[in-house]
Amino acid sequence: MADLSADLGFLRLRNPVLTASGTFGYGLEFAPYLDLNRLGGIVVKGLYYGPREGNPPPRLVETASGLINAIGLQGVGVEHFAADVLPELRKYDTAVFVNVCGADNEEYLRVIDFLEGQDGIAGYELNISCPNVKQNGACPALFPEATRLIVAAARARSRRPLIAKLSPNVTSIVDIARAAEDGGADALSLINTILALAVDLETRRPKLGNIFGGLSGPAVKPIALRMTYQVAKAVHIPVIGMGGIMNGADALEFMVSGARAVQVGTANFVEPGAALRIVEEMAAWCDAHGVARVSDIVGTLQA
Amino acid sequence: MPHDPRARIIRRQSWGDFHLFRFESPALAASAKPGQFVMVRTAEGTDPLLRRPISLHDGGDGWMEIFFRVAGRGTALLAERKEGQTLDLIGPLGGGYQLDGEWSGRKAWLVGGGRGIAPLYFLGRALQVRGARVRVFYGGKTRAEIPLAGKFRDAGFDVACSTDDGSLGYRGFVTALLEKELAAGPPAGLFVCGPDPMMERTARLAQARNIPAQISLEAIMGCGFGACWGCVKRIKRQDGGKWRKICEDGPVFAADEIIWDEA
Ligand SMILES: Cc1cc2nc3c(=O)[nH]c(=O)nc-3n(C[C@H](O)[C@H](O)[C@H](O)COP(=O)(O)OP(=O)(O)OC[C@H]3O[C@@H](n4cnc5c(N)ncnc54)[C@H](O)[C@@H]3O)c2cc1C
Ligand SMILES: Cc1cc2nc3c(=O)[nH]c(=O)nc-3n(C[C@H](O)[C@H](O)[C@H](O)COP(=O)(O)O)c2cc1C
Ligand code: FES
Repeated sequence: MADLSADLGFLRLRNPVLTASGTFGYGLEFAPYLDLNRLGGIVVKGLYYGPREGNPPPRLVETASGLINAIGLQGVGVEHFAADVLPELRKYDTAVFVNVCGADNEEYLRVIDFLEGQDGIAGYELNISCPNVKQNGACPALFPEATRLIVAAARARSRRPLIAKLSPNVTSIVDIARAAEDGGADALSLINTILALAVDLETRRPKLGNIFGGLSGPAVKPIALRMTYQVAKAVHIPVIGMGGIMNGADALEFMVSGARAVQVGTANFVEPGAALRIVEEMAAWCDAHGVARVSDIVGTLQA
Repeated sequence: MPHDPRARIIRRQSWGDFHLFRFESPALAASAKPGQFVMVRTAEGTDPLLRRPISLHDGGDGWMEIFFRVAGRGTALLAERKEGQTLDLIGPLGGGYQLDGEWSGRKAWLVGGGRGIAPLYFLGRALQVRGARVRVFYGGKTRAEIPLAGKFRDAGFDVACSTDDGSLGYRGFVTALLEKELAAGPPAGLFVCGPDPMMERTARLAQARNIPAQISLEAIMGCGFGACWGCVKRIKRQDGGKWRKICEDGPVFAADEIIWDEA
């Protein structure tokens, strides 16, 4: 069987498939459906320092092969996470990444400072790209300098691996990616959701309580692939690709486009065992195509 | 096993927009409780993408039933499924109705409107087993929206129907019929599922008379098992928080937990 391991430089993963933040709860919700020990890793739901209420409902609307969400990062906060969730997650042999959120730069750093004292965290994914918290989707990842500053500040606080999660809602994703690299990120993950609107024609009102939301799912895959390809070419640090991955072939397309690892998001809702099925499909594809190591296909797009 | 990708449909019945499927699912049948639901895949491929929540309508030895009304593309695709084909479903999900306590000889009133009647059959049977005297208030716009009246009667429930146009039973809202009957003496408990205005009205009628009422809420659901936080509504919480998940903390809530104005 093909070697599926993924080398991120700072960390070697059992396989390249991680679960995407916000789509896999805190991980434990999925234990009845799949063996968490067989995942490449888990990125838990975004954490602010304190608990957050999130946005008013409706928070979800389905569109053609896509999902628009405006959850607004409802969550339990770091103290509850460390006391009740992390001890349970430590029982599993899987890399746990915390998706770090902040209303301002200071809050990101407070979250990291708190978590530094906790075992069982493989690294941080800095969520500088959530479109659902401020009006009009504003977030640090829309601006190169804001990105560089927050990444550098986080870098200075921790020696743990730091992944910067980028937003697709920008004119030049490459500029933002380079800024995050300059700031000292160990890896980049992309894409977060695409700022979107769904309209109820009869009432002429937005379908979401928050007006705007973030689009994910198969509908966004071509955009995510394009951005993964552009970013992987432009930076020297590993890229983790995501956006609409539903099966092994989708995941491998991201790897061919330059991603060293991938994240599976919306698919987890449709099929809670999706991430492991995807691992198996990747292995089967490699075997059928005589690929001994899945890492050999990274960045092999002939363009 | 919580995910059954191949539950075989062994019987189906249709009444216009309404459909009833009986399917084989021993694991589900062994553990499901009234008020719980399943998340059903409506098509292969990615459009529709998400599963749809559907209540469990009845269950027996190795089989379960769902009863649903076509509301959009997903349920329309589901309705095309034939006998012998399979359903891909996750469940049982949610907490279900709370049936603890003494029911023997006591009156349980079930109030359902339209597709909201779905979970009340399974519930009625469970209450019956506990010795309750089950009465069902079944409302719809027209006679065509009350296809299961006969089935409920055959089960031995006392059934009172209402239609907006008077084509069957009482003419008017089911809540008006309920209010009239409440005047003659309250039941020990009310169990409700239907459109929001109907549930809110019933909750208020129950609260005004101190009758414990359990309400089954609906919400658009991303996952159905607590992972997406997409299904929240305004429900009272011990910790002062604002929202609770309908899928995991519900879908059934006590009437006085629900904050209707902000739900
Ligand atoms: C816990 C629970 C149990 C349910 N049980 C049953 C049942 O037993 N029988 C039955 O017929 N229906 C039931 N429903 C409602 C059913 O899930 C929706 O009718 C269905 O999801 C609509 O999907 P669609 O693709 O056909 O329509 P869509 O095109 O997705 O939507 C059509 C309309 O229905 C609304 N809608 C979409 N999803 C939901 C939802 N989850 N809840 C309420 N409204 C929604 C949309 O806003 C839109 O106005 C239940 C819902 C919940 C939450
Ligand atoms: C319901 C929902 C909640 C999400 N919450 C977060 C979050 O907390 N932090 C984050 O960085 N991304 C969040 N995302 C974005 C996903 O992690 C991912 O970037 C995006 O959905 C694209 O991948 P997909 O198409 O496979 O879902 C969320 C997405 C969804 C659908
Ligand atoms: S539907 Fe996903 S948390 Fe309730």
